Amino acid sequence: MRFGVVVFPGTWSDRDCGWVIDQVLGADLQYLWHKDADLKGCDCIILPGGFAYGDYLRTGAIARFAPVMEKIGEFADRGGLVWGICNGFQVLCEAGLLPGALIRNASLEYRCQWTNLVVERTDLPFTSQCATREVISIPIGHGEGSYFADPATLSRLEQRGQVVFRYCDAGGRVTSNANPNGSLHNIAGIVNARGNVLGMMPHPERCAEAELGGTDGLKLFRSVAENAMKVLAS
Amino acid sequence: MSLNTQRRLREVALTSDEYRAIVEALKRAPNEVELGMLGVLWSEHCSYKSSKALLRRLPSTGAAVIQGPGENAGAVNIGEGWAAVFKIESHNHPSAIEPYQGAATGVGGIIRDIIAMGARPIALLDSLRFGPQPASSHHVEGVVAGIGGYGNCIGIPTVGGEVYFEECYTNNPLVNAMCVGLVRVDRLMRARAEGTGNSLMLVGADTGRDGIHGASFASLELDETSSERRPAVQVGNPFLEKCLLEACMDLAHTDAVVAIQDLGAAGLTSSVAECAGRVNGAGAHIDVGRVPRRERGMTPYHVMLSESQERMLVVVQRGREAEVEAIFQAWDLTSAVIGHVTDDGHLTVVDGAEKVARLPISLLTDGAPPRRLVGVAAEQPPGLDLDALPPLVDAGATLLRLLASPNLSSRRGIFRRYDHMVGDATVIPPGGDAAMLRVKGTRLGLAVTTDCNSRYCHLDPHVGAQLAVAEAARNLVATGAHPLAVTDCLNFANPDRPEVYWEMEETIAGLAHACRALDLPIVSGNVSLYNESFPARGEGGPPQSGRPDGAVSSAIYPTPVVGMIGLIDDYAKRLRAGLRAEGDFVLLIGSSHNDLGGSEYLKVEHGLVAGRPPALDLARERAVDRLVLAAADNGLLHSAHDCAEGGMLVALAECCLLGGIGVRCPAIRPEAPLRMEAAFFGESPSRFIVSVSSRAMPELQSLARRHHVEISLLGLAGGDSIEFEGQFRLPLAEIRQAWEGALT
Repeated sequence: MRFGVVVFPGTWSDRDCGWVIDQVLGADLQYLWHKDADLKGCDCIILPGGFAYGDYLRTGAIARFAPVMEKIGEFADRGGLVWGICNGFQVLCEAGLLPGALIRNASLEYRCQWTNLVVERTDLPFTSQCATREVISIPIGHGEGSYFADPATLSRLEQRGQVVFRYCDAGGRVTSNANPNGSLHNIAGIVNARGNVLGMMPHPERCAEAELGGTDGLKLFRSVAENAMKVLAS
Repeated sequence: MSLNTQRRLREVALTSDEYRAIVEALKRAPNEVELGMLGVLWSEHCSYKSSKALLRRLPSTGAAVIQGPGENAGAVNIGEGWAAVFKIESHNHPSAIEPYQGAATGVGGIIRDIIAMGARPIALLDSLRFGPQPASSHHVEGVVAGIGGYGNCIGIPTVGGEVYFEECYTNNPLVNAMCVGLVRVDRLMRARAEGTGNSLMLVGADTGRDGIHGASFASLELDETSSERRPAVQVGNPFLEKCLLEACMDLAHTDAVVAIQDLGAAGLTSSVAECAGRVNGAGAHIDVGRVPRRERGMTPYHVMLSESQERMLVVVQRGREAEVEAIFQAWDLTSAVIGHVTDDGHLTVVDGAEKVARLPISLLTDGAPPRRLVGVAAEQPPGLDLDALPPLVDAGATLLRLLASPNLSSRRGIFRRYDHMVGDATVIPPGGDAAMLRVKGTRLGLAVTTDCNSRYCHLDPHVGAQLAVAEAARNLVATGAHPLAVTDCLNFANPDRPEVYWEMEETIAGLAHACRALDLPIVSGNVSLYNESFPARGEGGPPQSGRPDGAVSSAIYPTPVVGMIGLIDDYAKRLRAGLRAEGDFVLLIGSSHNDLGGSEYLKVEHGLVAGRPPALDLARERAVDRLVLAAADNGLLHSAHDCAEGGMLVALAECCLLGGIGVRCPAIRPEAPLRMEAAFFGESPSRFIVSVSSRAMPELQSLARRHHVEISLLGLAGGDSIEFEGQFRLPLAEIRQAWEGALT
């Protein structure tokens, strides 16, 4: 099982994702340089957090034109696993691999804090280690993480069950108080219709070890790794 | 001296005496570029001409010290082959004028100092001082946004610092930024321009006209015309610096690099002169024509003095420039060979074929005549007659008012705007005593803090400085970390006033005394003077002093911010401030006295800044710290928290709020002469609140006896309120509301 972690100029979660993959999970790690149009045989591509190209113009707006992105688009079309975290989610929206957009937090401020998420899909390769409607705790760190989509898109997402994570309170209730950024429908993460491209604002790579405050993030990495093993075995 | 020369001297902030010293040294008059170069390097900001003599009194050596003052940052050995590199620096003047960019570029500058040592930055801290809210909210908003804007974007966690509000900072907010980095000991770099003929490469941002005279501006008092100096404030580009950071880390793959030097205050002039000045007899030859520029029409003067951000000077072995260029190229960064190292001890500047300037390096870096200033003891601050104060009526009500006051309320509203988690190393997040970063690949934990109670320093600068050192150490000890070394940022008003210079003398003596007593070397630091302003008539805030022309000045309290790092050998043993388990014994370690002078209690409840600061006995401090460290090391403690501003009751409330557990205590009945209000809210130093399981009590008691430290039982952890039997009972929810409601 090999994870590919994309590095744009301005990316900073690459090393944290790399740490979890390599040191905590013990899987294969391959960094993918934004200028390289080669995915080097990776089974899952992570677009990590950061400020790709400084997020100038608009978050993710320049990153989508990077040479590596064309290959990632083709990879996703073939059913390959693509996982956008934070800035990576923003890039996936800009690239059209996921619907909607991430806009400025309702508070107009950056927010770095723990959030509770209710997991609404556990049949995905990203979440298979989670229990149905499990509440997991994962930190956010963003200034522009408020999920937005037009009403038609939003209702399509809901009808097709493409909302994977929703901000909730500790008891799993989806309330406005539990919404840290003003996302529509408390959306924290969505998947494409085919179920192979996931975008999420919270940072699972920041909570894969108890000393960092929690290990729920590791469940997502483990899910991907185990599913890849199954695919390889079959 | 011609009128023209006088005008130019004013522009570069040199005195006529200094000009005469220049002419004498050169045996000729300097040209305009040379005068500009000398002006910035002889500014207080770069030359330390008013403070140098005093700074020599600070201890800077110790077994762990690898690099003391004089480099881009200090470095200490933390074991397992790692060095911790750290420094704190002020960006006060720019932040007063342009809060967002001032703070942002302060962060950017201190990060480059760490990079220049070859280290990867792992943490940022910010020590901030503002005037009272809401008048200061434009400063607070801009500075906090600027720190977040830079730190969040570059991906270095902002894990700590402090925020205080006090009238004296109304016109002169303080923004002190600290950065900590890690490097393998054998990879530590020094910014020494070794090797005649080696190339000088300028990398990173193109050079523009921004920030010219920034260092000189930082060496003046602010006045009604200061906002006209806004062009002297630079603009930050954290994305570019992120690329610069990664490219500099990639330089470790080649051995072609001799040295890296940050371009900060005084830009190219200072970085080249400092780099050459560290090597005996070395000089440099620079062609300004080769400096990549952002705009047309820039003169050599502009290029040499520009303070454009996100630039580094790299000394490269001759003939291997292409290797280094390729590394920067990969990150789409410009690099240009702009000159070379010489052995003539001079900085020679040319513009193509044209000679522009030629100055001895030693004149630039060490030539500023030290200023002989005189210190005269300031007037004694108002005394304090405790008997004249109305007695404490309701400790619970007072507690709520204290927790809701700006200096004691929760800082969560600020630190949640900073990314404090990136890096996967933050094992103690902000909000407690000190933050802690793990050193990945080892069990080592690095605790970091900044501290200074400037109200104490105002009341007695000598004792206040000692208290700042002691409290910083206590913050680290509360996490179980052994204090290791210090970086200091000394902020003062105008030293030309004898009472301010006296404050400097006393402060530095106090720092030296405390650091020696606690075995803490000061390995890096910064001095910021002239934090004093002459606002338009009628809006001056206290404290005030006259100027000959009758304008009213507001001067800051002496504010020696102590940045300190400490080490724990296994971060699994780290301690947090919050109570951990119901039924635990909650104890006060150390003894309480009538230390109400300079306290938050006096300020909040009685509107007074008066009396003597708390008495500090450094031997007691040491004993108490050792006891807590021994107990932590033996795994006896469930939590530990420093007792500081607001005294025992505020500290106890914080333990409860952070742990989400209440406490039940018998009534406090202090034995004379200890007063009730001092028992609750006095700020005696050398005290901790700890919690332990009942089983651990006997061992802790015998440990305390061995260390000759007093411990007393405050109460039992449990429930959802704080109760002192027969005195008051407050639900935690109500306390939390007061604590979290103030700063949002």
